[in-house]
Amino acid sequence: MSWLRYFKVLVGGAILLLLCVCGVAAPLLAPRDPQAQTLEDRLRPPRWTENGSAAYFLGTDNLGRDMLSRIIYGSRISLMVGAATVIFAGFVGCSLGAIAGYFGRTADDVVSKISEIFLAFPFLLIAIAIMAFLGQGVGNLIMALMLSRWVQYCRVVRGEVLSLKERDFVTAAKALGGRDFYVLFRHVMPNTFASVTVIATFGMAIVIITEASLSFLGLGVPVHIPTWGSMLSEGRSYINRAPWLTIFPGLAIFITVFGINLLGDGLRDIFDPKLRRQR
Amino acid sequence: MNTLARRIVGSIPVIVGISFLIFLLMHIAPGDPVSLLLGDDATPADVERTRHEWGLDKPLLVQYWDFLSRAVTGDFGRSLKFNESVMKLIGERLPATLELAFVSLCIAIMIAVPLGVYSAIKHNSFLDHAGMSVALIGVSLPNFWLGIMLIYFLGGQLNLLPVAGRIEYGIEIKTITGLYLLDSLVAGNFPAFWSALQHLLMPAFTLGSALAAIVTRISRSSVLEVMRQDYVTTARAKGLSERTVIWRHILRNALITIVTILGLQLGALLSGSVITETVFSYPGIGDLLIQSISARDYKLTQVLILMFAVTYFVVNLLVDLLYSWIDPRITF
Repeated sequence: MSWLRYFKVLVGGAILLLLCVCGVAAPLLAPRDPQAQTLEDRLRPPRWTENGSAAYFLGTDNLGRDMLSRIIYGSRISLMVGAATVIFAGFVGCSLGAIAGYFGRTADDVVSKISEIFLAFPFLLIAIAIMAFLGQGVGNLIMALMLSRWVQYCRVVRGEVLSLKERDFVTAAKALGGRDFYVLFRHVMPNTFASVTVIATFGMAIVIITEASLSFLGLGVPVHIPTWGSMLSEGRSYINRAPWLTIFPGLAIFITVFGINLLGDGLRDIFDPKLRRQR
Repeated sequence: MNTLARRIVGSIPVIVGISFLIFLLMHIAPGDPVSLLLGDDATPADVERTRHEWGLDKPLLVQYWDFLSRAVTGDFGRSLKFNESVMKLIGERLPATLELAFVSLCIAIMIAVPLGVYSAIKHNSFLDHAGMSVALIGVSLPNFWLGIMLIYFLGGQLNLLPVAGRIEYGIEIKTITGLYLLDSLVAGNFPAFWSALQHLLMPAFTLGSALAAIVTRISRSSVLEVMRQDYVTTARAKGLSERTVIWRHILRNALITIVTILGLQLGALLSGSVITETVFSYPGIGDLLIQSISARDYKLTQVLILMFAVTYFVVNLLVDLLYSWIDPRITF
């Protein structure tokens, strides 16, 4: 069912685009300042429920802050952390993987041993460990997530380069006098694009969930910055009195991650001929 | 040298690397960990004394050697937050996490394997697409949110299950292994067994759901892969019934991959327990880790992270070895 692949890519892409629009245009889209406290309106339920107010579509939190505005601003952190991690981890992982796969020998031994050490940690644990010692902060968070994710790119690119470097077009490029780095980055690396795109897409979904998990544990960005994870953590204390404080940020994470996973699934189906046969 | 010995020797540099990274983390942390722990009221003499007690006044490599020696002998000193032996704290909490991981694994298997196998056998049907959509939803659900929602609906609104802890307050249990389900069964204490099971259900489902989603997808693709093998065509050509082909020829071969993935995910379950235990105030190792981080008990944090990493590594190593034992075509 080829239409399903494109359907997944379209729906997933649309959700990701929506996230990007929310993040970039947050000041224009958010009805209120996400930090503005209106204590007389604290714990207002969503608009459509009994006692809901037309002024607060998704209700307010325990300090009277507008939930909708906070969720819109929260998308900024998810998007920024997700994109930055994918870019940095992708760059580091792909470069090291390409060098290890293409040059082999010592380079491969060193990169493989370092990868093995990082692979020995579950990625969430690496992120928790780094944040526990470095403390909260967007920069620390991106670094922690980057250090926990680069190895995925490295492994896949190394494997692909190992196979690609034996192909005829690489031999031809070398025979024409192409230097190693030129052949590697001009001829070999573009052929890993499909795999890297798929890993990057799934990786972004994982990073967004991990960022939310770390913020939930109080190990993410500083508390004054609205994030979906920290909103969930704050709302947990009011779960029976004000369930909307946890339902909406959780839904925001779920829809975003679902959209990105859908996009990744669709891209994988399109790029992977083996899976195409299975369908 | 046989496979086992080669793998064990090969893993030593990796374990040393892991321990060195964890050791370094405490030293790249901004600020002096001792001053942070003791707070503003501590005098310079207190800080100096604690630094000496912790061995932080020694050169870095000497400190690492001490750390490694203590790790090998299992002597990690005392936790500053709990004022108890680190090994005793871990010993008290570890069974809770193991029990949670085991029950989560069982839940994941019960949901995922039948769903994945059925989806593959009926592939491209409505049920296949429905099953895969459920799996995609499962992968995308943040498990801490799922936990909170279960607490709200099943615990708060319907009042069906307890929302925190390991066993109901007031129920006595004679601890043998620390695994409450097993201990209560051995002692014939059924009220304790029922209470422990009720306390485990929500956290185990929360932790197992993400694993179930992954295993469903892998089970489906593994069965699909086997279904296209020549020996399956041969089995059908011999005139065997579809039931026999599925049970004896497809499932038995597909299970090799499924079992491997389940084993590999056991390590991930242990780290996933950090969040689940926090959500449900479940007194395991994950909860202890978050408490030690909040209290800036760096030594305890260091030991717990090392323990998680080494456990994860050893489980993966055992699964690798198991894999070659199940499927003799695979060698290392």
